[in-house]
Amino acid sequence: MLKINNLHARVEDKEILKGINLTVNAGEVHAIMGPNGSGKSTLASVIAGKEDFEVTEGEVILDKENLEDVSPEDRAHKGVFLSFQYPVEIPGVSVTNFMKTAINESRKAKGLEDMPAKDMLKLIREKSELLEIDRKFLSRSLNEGFSGGEKKRNEIFQMAMLEPKLAILDETDSGLDIDALRVVANGVNKLKTKDNAVIVITHYQRLLEYIVPDFIHVLHDGKIVKSGTKELALELEEKGYDWLKNEAVVK
Amino acid sequence: MDLKEKLVSSFLAFENNVDVDNPVHDIRTAAIKNFEAKGFPSKKEEAWKYTSLNSLQKIDFSIFPKMESNLEFKDVKKYFLNEIDTYKIVFVDGVYSSFLSETTHEGVDVCLMSSALNKPTYKAVIDVYFNKIACKDDSLTSLNTAFSKEGAYIYIPKNKIPKKPIEIIHFATGSEAAALLQPRNLIIAEENAELQIIERHQSLTTNEVLTNAVTEIYAAKNAIVDYYKIQNDAHSSSLIDNTYIDQKDASHVKVHTFSFGGKLTRNNLNFYQNGERIESTMKGVTIIEGKQLVDHHTLVHHIEPNCESHQDYKGIYDENATGVFNGKIIVEKLAQKTNAFQQNNNILVSDKASINTKPQLEIFADDVKCSHGCTIGQLDKDALFYLQSRGIPKKEARALLMYAFANNVLESVRIPELKTRINKIIANKLGVNLGFDL
Ligand SMILES: Nc1ncnc2c1ncn2[C@@H]1O[C@H](COP(=O)(O)OP(=O)(O)OP(=O)(O)O)[C@@H](O)[C@H]1O
Ligand SMILES: [Mg+2]
Repeated sequence: MLKINNLHARVEDKEILKGINLTVNAGEVHAIMGPNGSGKSTLASVIAGKEDFEVTEGEVILDKENLEDVSPEDRAHKGVFLSFQYPVEIPGVSVTNFMKTAINESRKAKGLEDMPAKDMLKLIREKSELLEIDRKFLSRSLNEGFSGGEKKRNEIFQMAMLEPKLAILDETDSGLDIDALRVVANGVNKLKTKDNAVIVITHYQRLLEYIVPDFIHVLHDGKIVKSGTKELALELEEKGYDWLKNEAVVK
Repeated sequence: MDLKEKLVSSFLAFENNVDVDNPVHDIRTAAIKNFEAKGFPSKKEEAWKYTSLNSLQKIDFSIFPKMESNLEFKDVKKYFLNEIDTYKIVFVDGVYSSFLSETTHEGVDVCLMSSALNKPTYKAVIDVYFNKIACKDDSLTSLNTAFSKEGAYIYIPKNKIPKKPIEIIHFATGSEAAALLQPRNLIIAEENAELQIIERHQSLTTNEVLTNAVTEIYAAKNAIVDYYKIQNDAHSSSLIDNTYIDQKDASHVKVHTFSFGGKLTRNNLNFYQNGERIESTMKGVTIIEGKQLVDHHTLVHHIEPNCESHQDYKGIYDENATGVFNGKIIVEKLAQKTNAFQQNNNILVSDKASINTKPQLEIFADDVKCSHGCTIGQLDKDALFYLQSRGIPKKEARALLMYAFANNVLESVRIPELKTRINKIIANKLGVNLGFDL
């Protein structure tokens, strides 16, 4: 589904991604771990099409299509979804209206009519129940004054509404209390099918007990320095990243 | 002959058509003298530093309205707030259109300035209020006063509330190559009275139109006046709006100004607080592009203690548009416990657009709360990416952010249908259909 080849990206003069290779197939769950500042969020943003980052080498391919000149909105229409590490506050736009616009714009791009209001309401009800979100919450301005955990839960609500093919969850677990983590992880698992894929970016093994990855990759200084199966997370939890950094240097 | 000379010499012809024995005419005569002495303001004056009237003065405006032009209601229906029932005072090329209007004398007077100026029944009111709060020194106000003859006259007696909002609409049809219109409005809300007014200037032509309007509003004790100015005129039209508001004890006057259209728009909005516990509210949303210019000059004169003023102006400027915001607040020595708040936030969408924003505070009392702030920024790139990443195209995402930016001003519009209408005007202007009203 997703194939990243030798991806280099920079912002201004600073090179952040220095040759990433990653293949994600339909039905798989991948986890990306790695120290602060290693480039995890940058990788996520580049996949989602953020223009601040300049791709200097390599490519991102989704379903055999090179995404190079594809706008962020078109990537979304093709099924890419990014749950932001820091969701942006948009005062004056309610969660509901935002979702209506997002869904109908995606439908428009596919040549479909607007979703009938009745169906929209039903969908909103269903997905907010899945994520145990109070309906009152949905009439509030998007992310404005939301607690850290509420923002993250709201990101997954949006994911549930949009049903992406490829979901990238950037530190969705940080800020969530234990109960919320369970609810959110459960939501993600319920949405998981053999046709879609998830990339979870996290610092903690705990999330991976709920959303079990098929593969784990460690990003360090803009490169994937180690890949493995879920046992790698336990090893990282125990030993930290230093041994990998050294390994990378030795290589 | 330049425009000033033309205006001054036209005054003689004007006199042939009005009752020169009416005491009002002495006021006109004094006003034309002041205009003759001062002329049009120039960029040398601090208050007109960013807004030039030079090119307008080169246009050969026709000064006197001709006969009433025929407008079909169906052709102009869209400019009315036809979703709800309203009183309507409508002018076509400066001439009252009885056909398009719906006035009343039932308990309240919603009618014409020409009647008020000429009929004996109104004389007592005219003597007390006409040209009393309007600045006699200001040259453009004087120009309007000199030719004052027609406009809206609204009188709401004590404890009365009109059954419905009042629309004042000025159409220009372009039957003249270039037309100068000078409506003169007088609005009086007596003690405990309450009213809502929507004012609109609408040119139906690509010919030049210059409107130099003066509106005097008197709000007596406890009166509530809610005034909405919809400035969405054609790009060949310019507007100089001079509004003067006199407030007495515990009255509340709110003026919302929505500036989207027009070539040059200058709003001179002046509040005088002649009483205690008064509230004055000024809010505005400006969204312009091309070579449009919108200049807001506000004045709040805090004269007595325990009063408040709130100003919240938002501006979004694209392409080569120019914005000006100058908010003057005077707090007299007597006006202790004044609470004056002023906020002006701006977004420059293009790097060729500009905004000149300046608070001007003159505070002579020591126990006051005065806050002011202005910001100039761009659309938030991270917010834009966030919206796009959810499948909302860039154009719509930008529009959504602009809406969001202006939202708290839109929120305070108290007539829901008007709010919807303004939303639609904005959506149209930005060329988007977001599928909902904020
Ligand atoms: N817009 C930007 N301008 C300058 N530097 C940037 C920008 N965005 C990211 N960086 C830098 O790139 C590096 C990688 O940042 P990134 O956010 O991808 O790290 P991360 O792996 O997600 O870290 P964390 O675990 O703390 O979230 C950091 O050094 C960061 O400061
Ligand atoms: Mg990060």
